[in-house]
Amino acid sequence: MNLLEIENLKTYFFTEAGVVKAVDDVTLSVERGCTVGLVGESGSGKSVTAQSVLRIVPRPGKIIGGKILFNGEDLLLKKEEEMRKYRGKKISLIFQDPTSSLNPLFTIGSQLADIVIEHEKVKKEEALDRVIKALRIVKLPDPEHAIYQYPHQFSGGMKQRICIARALLLNPELLFADEPTTNLDVTIQAQIIALLKDLQRELGMTLVMITHDMGIVAEMCKYVVVLYAGNVMESGSIEEIFERPHPYTEALLKAVPRLDETRKLISIPGNIPNLIDPPSGCRFHPRCQYAIDLCKEKKPPLEDVGNSHFISCHRWRELQGGRS
Amino acid sequence: MPPLLEVRDLVKYFPVYSRGIFRKKIIGNVHAVDHISFTVNERETVGLVGESGCGKTTTGKLILYLEKPSSGQIFFEGKEIVQTFSKGSKEEQMKLRRSMQMVFQNPYASLDPRMTVYDIISEPFKIHKHVPSSEWKERVYKLLEMVGLEPYHAERYPHEFSGGQRQRICIARALAVEPKFIIADEPVSSLDVSIRAQILNLIMELQERLGMSYLYISHDLSSVRQISQRVIVMYLGEIVEHAPTEKLFDRPVHPYTKALMSAVPIPDPKRKMNIIVLPGEVPSPINPPPGCRFHPRCQYADSKCKEEKPVLSEVDIDHFVSCHYWHKFV
Ligand SMILES: Nc1ncnc2c1ncn2[C@@H]1O[C@H](COP(=O)(O)OP(=O)(O)OP(=O)(O)O)[C@@H](O)[C@H]1O
Ligand SMILES: Nc1ncnc2c1ncn2[C@@H]1O[C@H](COP(=O)(O)OP(=O)(O)O)[C@@H](O)[C@H]1O
Ligand code: SF4
Ligand code: SF4
Ligand SMILES: [Mg+2]
Ligand SMILES: [Mg+2]
Repeated sequence: MNLLEIENLKTYFFTEAGVVKAVDDVTLSVERGCTVGLVGESGSGKSVTAQSVLRIVPRPGKIIGGKILFNGEDLLLKKEEEMRKYRGKKISLIFQDPTSSLNPLFTIGSQLADIVIEHEKVKKEEALDRVIKALRIVKLPDPEHAIYQYPHQFSGGMKQRICIARALLLNPELLFADEPTTNLDVTIQAQIIALLKDLQRELGMTLVMITHDMGIVAEMCKYVVVLYAGNVMESGSIEEIFERPHPYTEALLKAVPRLDETRKLISIPGNIPNLIDPPSGCRFHPRCQYAIDLCKEKKPPLEDVGNSHFISCHRWRELQGGRS
Repeated sequence: MPPLLEVRDLVKYFPVYSRGIFRKKIIGNVHAVDHISFTVNERETVGLVGESGCGKTTTGKLILYLEKPSSGQIFFEGKEIVQTFSKGSKEEQMKLRRSMQMVFQNPYASLDPRMTVYDIISEPFKIHKHVPSSEWKERVYKLLEMVGLEPYHAERYPHEFSGGQRQRICIARALAVEPKFIIADEPVSSLDVSIRAQILNLIMELQERLGMSYLYISHDLSSVRQISQRVIVMYLGEIVEHAPTEKLFDRPVHPYTKALMSAVPIPDPKRKMNIIVLPGEVPSPINPPPGCRFHPRCQYADSKCKEEKPVLSEVDIDHFVSCHYWHKFV
């Protein structure tokens, strides 16, 4: 059994301007002990998917359909009280912006220890010991001293390490890392990637890596789910996705510059769609070079095309013949 | 042919004050740009790359005289800029302002929300008076076409556009004065992945069509490789390596450049990274380390590196490296 199975999840935001279909019929699974990439551009629904699993979708957002099976149990059927036992403890989240997710008024030790005390009813000393251990795991220098310092006394990379430590405090089974390196310099990003890989390997953790960077996906993930405008375009093993990509993924890979070669960038025309009034049929059709009338009319189902590769495209099979 | 732009020994220090209530005391200097020299030729794109805070934006602002240099010289078409802006005539200053333009990282913040696209793009005509008002309309439409926008966009306001389209508007505004030189500071960093290639391609096409030069500032090595003919790598206010693009990416020499490149993930699952993990973080530019500024993080550092500052040496034709031990790394 997979650790996490999301089936036909729909999470909408009921705004004044209209209904934003942020996550619209998303299906994906996460195998225990693996790193799964959740990729997409901004607004594709990555963060809202993670928020839905933790049931912390902010207003005016609402989960309006689907199932979220965690260890086989549907989280959407749990009472709010029961959910509290999952958040942080069984499922944890690292946010994109480490600066705003730490409280500037409290020392690192006190704000992290509070989390342990709240969930496990232990004494302050024991909680601080746990904090120091977690800080050691994320290789923060001199954790015994660091617990008495305030967030502003750390650099961006260090703050992100502290946030990772916080997410690990209660030994979660599943960790979502929401663009954990987006605001960091590349050399610091490399340190965080190395750290997350080590943690995953050493603790056998299940990690969902949310990112827009196909490089990070290629480096870290075993499986990948590609989102576009609230829909899953494809999901599958990293090898399948790079060798036989969906037209959207293919276009994205041709549009990003690479460090290891100079080449002509083939840009994707148009803009990211508005989710209040998303394109009909396949949501990528206005920008897809292979689009035909059918793509406009009918939404392609997410189909198993073999090798555990799932694709939502009317023309993918036919295109495989012509691809060099 | 002499270079279009020449930067000679440019320095910018920002004073740091104590937090006293009554009297502010200078307690140090941020060494934002520290004795850098380089050139940009006609029809050339030079990439300026480095991590956050290394002095890239400051370098751009100094060239446009949006910041005053602490010392050093900047020549544009043979004329010294600092002299022109401090002592030259109004005409000379306006002419220089018209020759150089900047496109910023954040297309959201750099457009006035109350102006229509037409007003934004035609504003430089009002300031520089280089186009008779009878021709404004035609020119604005031409500029919109050049950056891939439609004539009907002219009557709209910035908030009606996506990030990529706003960056196109910023580029059109920069082109309105027919500049010879454009500084593009992280022009695609705030844009979505699928939109970045549109803007990078536009920047390259415009160069082919109009023949201007660029200083392309970015922290993203991959896009720098794509767009530049030559690349300058900065660390803590100094140039550590400087070479034609192919040489720099195929045979980086400086230990910092190598580490920087090893840290970039490549979108290909068959090519796993071989990260050279740098210990620690970039030190404060307030009191930068003595000797080689990279020494606290360099695995090859020895006592000489801690004391003596290396100079840029030509390790191959047009390939410059600032490291005492470059010959070991070639
Ligand atoms: N007006 C100012 N007053 C004081 N310090 C400044 C000022 N402007 C820049 N600095 C400092 O100068 C150094 C170089 O800044 P600069 O903005 O040029 O960096 P950058 O390379 O463009 O970085 P980024 O990639 O973050 O844009 C930094 O340490 C910065 O904090
Ligand atoms: N609090 C909110 N109110 C209204 N719309 C929201 C809110 N949060 C997210 N959305 C919308 O939901 C969509 C998906 O957002 P998100 O999951 O944050 O994207 P990303 O893939 O960048 O993480 C976007 O269109 C976004 O504007
Ligand atoms: S369904 Fe049609 S429009 Fe969508 S990706 Fe496939 S070919 Fe393109
Ligand atoms: S001069 Fe010394 S410390 Fe600096 S890069 Fe070279 S070997 Fe490293
Ligand atoms: Mg997000
Ligand atoms: Mg900058």
